[in-house]
Amino acid sequence: MFAYAIRSLAQGLLVLVAVAFISFSMFRFVGDPVANMVGQEASVQDRQELAERLGLTDPWPVQFARFMGNAVKGEFGVSYRQGRKVSDLIKERLPATVELAVLSAAFATLFGVLFGVYAAINRTGLGSNIIMTGSLVGVSLPTFLIGIGLIFIFSVELRWLPSFGRGETVKLGWWTTGLLTESGRKSLILPVLTLGFFQLTLIMRLVRAEMLEVMRADFIRFARARGIPERAIQLRHALRNTLVPVVTIAGLQLGSVIAFAIVTETVFQWPGLGALFVNAVQFADVPVMAAYLMFVAAVFVVVNLTVDLLYFLLDPRLRSGAKIAKGH
Amino acid sequence: MQNPSPTPTGEAAPSPSRWARFLDSDLFFAFKTSPVAIASFILSVVMIAAALLAPLLATQDPFNPAVLNLMEGLTPPGVTNEFTNKSFLFGTDPQGRDMYSAVLYGTRVSLLVGAASVVFSAGLGVVLGLMAGYLGGKTEALIMRIADIQLSFPAILIALLVFGVARGIIPPAQQEEATLILLILAIGLSNWAQYARTVRGSTLIEKNKEYVQAARVIGRSPFLIMLKHILPNVMGPVTVIATINLALAIIEEATLSFLGVGMPPTQPSLGTLIRIGQQFLFSGEWWILFFPAITLIILALAINLLGDWLRDALNPRLQ
Amino acid sequence: MTKNNNASGPVLSVSDLSLEFVTRRGVLKALDRVSFDIARGEVLGVVGESGAGKSLTGSAIIGLIEKPGRLSGGEVRLNGERIDNLSPEAMRKIRGRKIGMIFQDPLTSLNPLFRVGDQIAETVMAHMNVSRAEARARALALLTEVGIPAPESRIDAYPHEFSGGMRQRVVISLALAAEPDLIIADEPTTALDVSVQAQIITLLKRLCRERGTSVMLITHDMGVIAETADRVAVMYAGRVAEIGPVADVIRNPQHPYAAGLMGAIPALKKNVGRLAQISGSMPRLNAIPPGCAFRPRCPKAFDRCAAERPDLMQAGKSRAACWLVDQGVPA
Repeated sequence: MFAYAIRSLAQGLLVLVAVAFISFSMFRFVGDPVANMVGQEASVQDRQELAERLGLTDPWPVQFARFMGNAVKGEFGVSYRQGRKVSDLIKERLPATVELAVLSAAFATLFGVLFGVYAAINRTGLGSNIIMTGSLVGVSLPTFLIGIGLIFIFSVELRWLPSFGRGETVKLGWWTTGLLTESGRKSLILPVLTLGFFQLTLIMRLVRAEMLEVMRADFIRFARARGIPERAIQLRHALRNTLVPVVTIAGLQLGSVIAFAIVTETVFQWPGLGALFVNAVQFADVPVMAAYLMFVAAVFVVVNLTVDLLYFLLDPRLRSGAKIAKGH
Repeated sequence: MQNPSPTPTGEAAPSPSRWARFLDSDLFFAFKTSPVAIASFILSVVMIAAALLAPLLATQDPFNPAVLNLMEGLTPPGVTNEFTNKSFLFGTDPQGRDMYSAVLYGTRVSLLVGAASVVFSAGLGVVLGLMAGYLGGKTEALIMRIADIQLSFPAILIALLVFGVARGIIPPAQQEEATLILLILAIGLSNWAQYARTVRGSTLIEKNKEYVQAARVIGRSPFLIMLKHILPNVMGPVTVIATINLALAIIEEATLSFLGVGMPPTQPSLGTLIRIGQQFLFSGEWWILFFPAITLIILALAINLLGDWLRDALNPRLQ
Repeated sequence: MTKNNNASGPVLSVSDLSLEFVTRRGVLKALDRVSFDIARGEVLGVVGESGAGKSLTGSAIIGLIEKPGRLSGGEVRLNGERIDNLSPEAMRKIRGRKIGMIFQDPLTSLNPLFRVGDQIAETVMAHMNVSRAEARARALALLTEVGIPAPESRIDAYPHEFSGGMRQRVVISLALAAEPDLIIADEPTTALDVSVQAQIITLLKRLCRERGTSVMLITHDMGVIAETADRVAVMYAGRVAEIGPVADVIRNPQHPYAAGLMGAIPALKKNVGRLAQISGSMPRLNAIPPGCAFRPRCPKAFDRCAAERPDLMQAGKSRAACWLVDQGVPA
């Protein structure tokens, strides 16, 4: 178990270093950092001095090491466009994105598994046909159109829910939450549905396909031959075996919810990291882009690690394998 | 796959005998008996044709300011304009631009970017997959590692990054002209890994076959000979991936344009039109948003359904 | 052999059982009027090449036919009552309770994510009105009985923690969990190490003899049949070619195909010059010839074989579906 965790961690760190290198290259080669910091009228000598002060004249491995050191501390310099420290910008906008992403992931997983199991068990029924057709439409619908459609129905026509922003938020230390006020909760509904919908259809199709595959396994046939009731076969035997691979893939999908939030946040003018990133892309604000990239990579690595450990808990074959390795 | 597959462009087979063989194939039988396949195929063909023939079908060149009449602005669909007595099928925008023509031209741009980026990513993926499978060793490890990373991040994020970096490199004056190429590159670069994986798999299988060894013995380039054997084998899966990816690429382009980092309003795609139309959502001019949106949905859905069906038809195990 | 109308009649009686697959290219007959009985406490061996319909017969009896397949005729009686037309729920209550089944590969037969004790207890509880604790106690007793060492600690182990032979013992305990009247064992030793095959067969035979359970032993291993079975049915192309007491079928096969099979067992012949081999191969389901299915490969075929299909006919103590044994009186 321990060795397994260490290996996952090492792989994750490798990805982080690779992404850090991409971020660093962006800093180094995209635009001219000096020109971005001094005005047009700065003399050649001023520029030279600034470049030396920033360490831009050092060999690149030294610069990369310094970049890594700063990245670990969460320092990515100052936004070209907003003139504020990137770490402050991120800290300020993190809660909005995390609340949105976590709720969407929970929504997508819950209903994805539910619908997927239903569609697998009632393979030819009307209900599962509707679900499957709906999921295909869902996969073809761009996220931003789902958001716009929901705004049209629930904000423009019905006027039930707000169409932009987080509503009132409450400060808990440096964290801000929209969960504690009614307007905050109302504001979350449409963005969560929008962001969760695509993941929901994906997880649902995955659960269905996986479960149909499991239902063909020998042990299901043997369970039938033992006279186990069909419901117990489906909901105990098949579901449990379905969830093992589903957890892996669904987990990875959910890790990318943070990144998918880019589109949803733009549609709902949600003051989160995704909207910050889109702005940065429009104005080639490299420090913000680099920091966001590192943030997404870090989330990705953490999710990966969690999924690996979860996989371990779900599948006894892996568990005892490690026991033997430890000299059981 | 031996049989030519029904591509969305509906190309005619070169010789009658091949055409006859195609009509007799299992694939065509599956096609004939699937209403979903026929419907999505017809829809795709109609929309592609409409996009190609946009200059003939449009009532005006919607991006030539000289032909726009402000008096005709914000005319609802099907309603006769009180000043000029003209009516517009899809209505007009505030500048008096005919939305029907705008949607035709927008579809054209969306399809162009989508198709070009699919060709680019398929080409890149096939070449990298062949190299990885054939050369092996460090090259393979490197290529497949990069593919892993590409696959683990959402395409939209990669495309945005490529775009952002390009913005930093290209001088602002040339950015608008370069957008089209940039979009194709960005979308292509975020979607090649799936092709590379498939092609690498086939290459590894072919590599160990006897004819490759034989080619080496008689001093011919095993790589070129393999190429001849691998490409026909992977054409089926690559076509399926490409069809499904065409829908994804069109959506990706629309999303980028919607986010404001894609096609500019002077040369709009469906995504740009939706971005513009969104501003009129609350003021009641629904048609400016509705027609580009419904066109995008139908286009993506038709191609997706076609790709989905093609995958099932070529892969009996999944049925 | 006992007759059908006897008071203590056969446990299982299969008559004229037919099964077909409906495909796009037409209807394929996979089982064609298969008939046999299994008496109480009897071990019936079923042999034949792969594709002869042995396993399908087992699946058809227990009501687990996969989708394109369907029963197209005949009947299956268990203790004198028809079971081939029961509702799914009624059939489920028979599976495990009245008829137990053992499959070829013990590794894939067990759910990898559940402890073996739980799988046995689950089976017990599906058929008997007992508490969880009682079911577990019964699981422990069963594991002890099938010879799992230290069952108290192994009851909470997962299937992958057992060796192949031990796993098949677990599978046997699962099949016996609700005390069925009949066990259908489908190639129970094929996937096992040669060294444990005999142990498993001996165990199965002992447990069934102790309980008076009948066994339908499906295998392609004539050696196993010779040592274990009371009677044997030889199947060919979805039909029963010959059925009779083991000793008779082995020493004095009536059907040329059975004779060919016996000729292929080295130990049973005294002077082994060369092993007899049946030339050709079994016809595919879509190309079964009219008349006798074995005719194209049969060294003794004559005109009638192509024209008419032979039914099972009495030949000594056995019955064989061959015109050679035709004595004018169908059995």
